[in-house]
Amino acid sequence: MRKDSLLKLIVCVVAIVGIFLAFVQPLANSIRQGLDLQGGTHVVLEAEDTDVAQVNDDAMNRVVTIMEKRVNALGLTEPIIQREGERRVIIELPGVKDPDAAIKTIGKTAMLEFKDEEGNTVLTGTDLKDAQAATNQQNGQNVVNLEFTDEGAKKFADLTSKNVGRTIAILLDGEVLTAPNVREPILGGKAEISGQKSLDEAQNLAVVLRSGALPVKVNIIETRTVGPSLGQDSKDKSEFAFAVGIGAVLLFMLLFYRMSGFIADVALMAYTVMLLALLWALDATLTLPGVAGIILSIGMAVDANVLIFEHFKEEYQIQGKTLRLSMDAGFKRAFTTIFDSNITTIIAAGVLFFLGTGTIRGFAITLGLGTLLSMFTAITLTQFMLKLMIASKIFTSPGAYGASGFMLWKKEDLKRNA
Amino acid sequence: MPKFDISGHRTWWFLLSSIIIIAGIVCMVVRGFNFGIDFTGGTIIDLKFDQPVTIADVRTSLGKYGLDGSTIQLSGAQSDVTASEDVMIRTTDLEEDQRKEVMATLKDDVGNYTVLREEKVGATIGGELITNAVEALLISWVLIIAYVAYRFEWKFGVAAVLALVHDILVVLGVFALTQRQIDSSFIAALLTIVGYSINDTIVIFDRIRENLKLHFRRGGDVDVLVNTSIYQTLTRSLYTVFTVMFTTLALYFFGGETTKDFAFALLVGFGSGCYSSIFIASPLWVTFRSWAEKKHAANVAAK
Repeated sequence: MRKDSLLKLIVCVVAIVGIFLAFVQPLANSIRQGLDLQGGTHVVLEAEDTDVAQVNDDAMNRVVTIMEKRVNALGLTEPIIQREGERRVIIELPGVKDPDAAIKTIGKTAMLEFKDEEGNTVLTGTDLKDAQAATNQQNGQNVVNLEFTDEGAKKFADLTSKNVGRTIAILLDGEVLTAPNVREPILGGKAEISGQKSLDEAQNLAVVLRSGALPVKVNIIETRTVGPSLGQDSKDKSEFAFAVGIGAVLLFMLLFYRMSGFIADVALMAYTVMLLALLWALDATLTLPGVAGIILSIGMAVDANVLIFEHFKEEYQIQGKTLRLSMDAGFKRAFTTIFDSNITTIIAAGVLFFLGTGTIRGFAITLGLGTLLSMFTAITLTQFMLKLMIASKIFTSPGAYGASGFMLWKKEDLKRNA
Repeated sequence: MPKFDISGHRTWWFLLSSIIIIAGIVCMVVRGFNFGIDFTGGTIIDLKFDQPVTIADVRTSLGKYGLDGSTIQLSGAQSDVTASEDVMIRTTDLEEDQRKEVMATLKDDVGNYTVLREEKVGATIGGELITNAVEALLISWVLIIAYVAYRFEWKFGVAAVLALVHDILVVLGVFALTQRQIDSSFIAALLTIVGYSINDTIVIFDRIRENLKLHFRRGGDVDVLVNTSIYQTLTRSLYTVFTVMFTTLALYFFGGETTKDFAFALLVGFGSGCYSSIFIASPLWVTFRSWAEKKHAANVAAK
């Protein structure tokens, strides 16, 4: 029995400490990182009602689809396009090289029009089948080659036939891209937009033309770009703060509660690994406030243990119970307190989750999950290991479990009102 | 062991907190808050120049666009230096094209740089943030009162939430006084403080509830009961505030500039939360209880 307990305890402690040391860093790194940690651009678009088009659910879903096409063309790993609320779309572009160009591409309505000299619109972007950027072999110009749908090809043939010797205009969002002179009717269903400054610019234009025009007017209401160097800096600093914070808490528990504190420390390591693993499994995004939430939750997670050990001390010193019975009573008596106090914290986190957005939401998830998890590790896991330790009899003096720590009250205090 | 009578001196704690809160409210009215662009809308450009530059250089260059009224800060160095590589510019809500022009001009006039951070927030979002935050706070308060009233009684619930309001007002007052910046993570800080403060208060209330049941006879001294409960939980209150403060201090000193104001809000809030649980929440409960008893006595006398 004794040896058995000791063996189990050693296996538990070694396994948890080992997993903690080996996996904390890789785990933390494999959780998806927010733009504030890895660098990138965050854009919020808001659709606006105009005389021409009203914002509705259908229009917003189309905006999202079009944005997905445009963003995918940027070739980034794990971009996020998300609808938020009734008329907003959030776009996250991690590690984007040229944020300005990306923002410009995203924000375009991309309404393409072909007009005759009188200003009548004959073709629009819906008549397009494809658009590709290319460099014209003959004159070295950067161009976008357009290919029309069957119906578009007919319209274009009609337009060019009627306007030989005159100019037609190709406009994007009301601005003239090019206004060529029609020399002869074009019947093949193909056209070319010339005058692009660079191949990159031609490619961006081709992307917005291919993805189609937005059904409603959208405005960019928020952009945030974090450079890669600042992101790395924030990451290094929060890693260091994490190490110092957890180190201080581990030391504190060990100093004040001795072996009980040691077991609580092991449980805290299990807590940290489990919280990170859970965040990873939920595919949560770790932002700077999220990291702050984790660091903070470590401080709060040991609270349950402090409560239990204080009750344990009380049972031992005031009630004069044995080590084993005091420990059992400590866990039992602290439970309602831990439960009630944690439920109120979870209420606060829940409200934050349902009302908050973006980073605040991430913070609420860490806070809420952390509180739930810490109830498990601080109560169940700590109790399990402490029972093993007491049964193994490697330490038999209650003092070794922090039972003789100082207390601010005596038994007589209770009797004054009874 | 003679002990300090916390509950009996409650008038003093209420007075002390009232003075701090009133001073804070005066600060809020007189100085206002230093809202970040999350709330006000605007543009922030954070640059690292290859060579140290001065505020005057940057201001002159911005003047070409009539933006010389912008806030320009040198960061990453002591406040008394006149030139630094890290420069933060905060200005009005610039359009994309305009911002690009300004940044190109800075490169020509002042020198080559790398962009650390660039943020633009339209003014419309700020108002929503405040509404959402106030909404979140109020809803969480109502739910907490409801839960505590269900598990304990309403007097505990109201006392706990008043202690929360106390903490929020203290933090807001300190931010008005120090003019530290308030951005969207400040709201997360406030709600963490709510979570912590309520947690801390409930632990003491739980002890009062237990002592009330086991060690209290009718007509006993409530002050003694509350004092005993506070002293019984005091070691825990202090240890917990220590561990939380350790981690928050680590965040404050080592977490970098971006989380400094966030950590500062937490430090003030945790301090206030620990104080209010002991000196405000439980004494408030005693006050409410004595009111209820007086009312009850009056009702009995009337019959």
